Amino acid sequence: MINKIFFIYFAIAIVTLSLVIITRKSLVHSVLFMLALFFHIAGLYLFLNAEFLALVQIIVYAGAILVLFLFVIMLLNIREDELKEQYSSFWPAGISIGIVFLIVLLRMPAFSLGIKGVWDIKSVTEATSTGAIGQVLYTEYLLPFEVASLILLIAIIGAIILAKKRFSK
Amino acid sequence: MVPLDWYLMLGGVVFCIGMVGFMIRRNIIMMFLAVELMLNGVNISLVAFSHYLQDLRGQVFVFFIIAVAASEAAIGLAIVILISRNKNTIFIDEINELRG
Repeated sequence: MINKIFFIYFAIAIVTLSLVIITRKSLVHSVLFMLALFFHIAGLYLFLNAEFLALVQIIVYAGAILVLFLFVIMLLNIREDELKEQYSSFWPAGISIGIVFLIVLLRMPAFSLGIKGVWDIKSVTEATSTGAIGQVLYTEYLLPFEVASLILLIAIIGAIILAKKRFSK
Repeated sequence: MVPLDWYLMLGGVVFCIGMVGFMIRRNIIMMFLAVELMLNGVNISLVAFSHYLQDLRGQVFVFFIIAVAASEAAIGLAIVILISRNKNTIFIDEINELRG
């Protein structure tokens, strides 16, 4: 019972915050509401026994990505008229496509769970959450992990090359 | 115990809100925020699957999604800076070189 109350609180907060985010005029307000949203999602992860991911969510999303967004918003000199009429001219089409997609998603037949894996709560507690993820990540998913590091390296190089000022011209 | 369907519905609703936000806003930075919202909707359902199936692969996937989202934000925001420096606008309907 108490589980459901907590979940309902988190669900209502997450949906309300997402609606607020996509309707605010000010970019900075949107980003700050996004911060609150990420903390609520991290709470939901804690609820699902994913302590490591909850921390990664706060450190990477709230700590790095949102700060990057804030930096860029303050770096750009946004014109006065860009603070008005924020919606594109075909917003009714966008909203109706979204509603139709939502109905399709919610009307999907319920999932029935397949064979359960080996990591029940007891073995995860024994190995600790971080240790358990590490054991899966460094054995079964070692190659994708290395590829992820390559993607991050390419992203760093690409961002520097793109945003660099071109002096010779 | 909270049923799995509730988590999936929550993830679906967040994904759809992000999709609507991506389509109705003109501001390119807001569209990036909406994409992050969509990624988070997917993450919620993956973590829920991982918990209910007692398998950690879902969490590993969320880990990779977060890494890709970080690099996407870095490159995307670099492109936003370039656009705003060259065109002096951040509205996508004013960026129409290709006459699309």
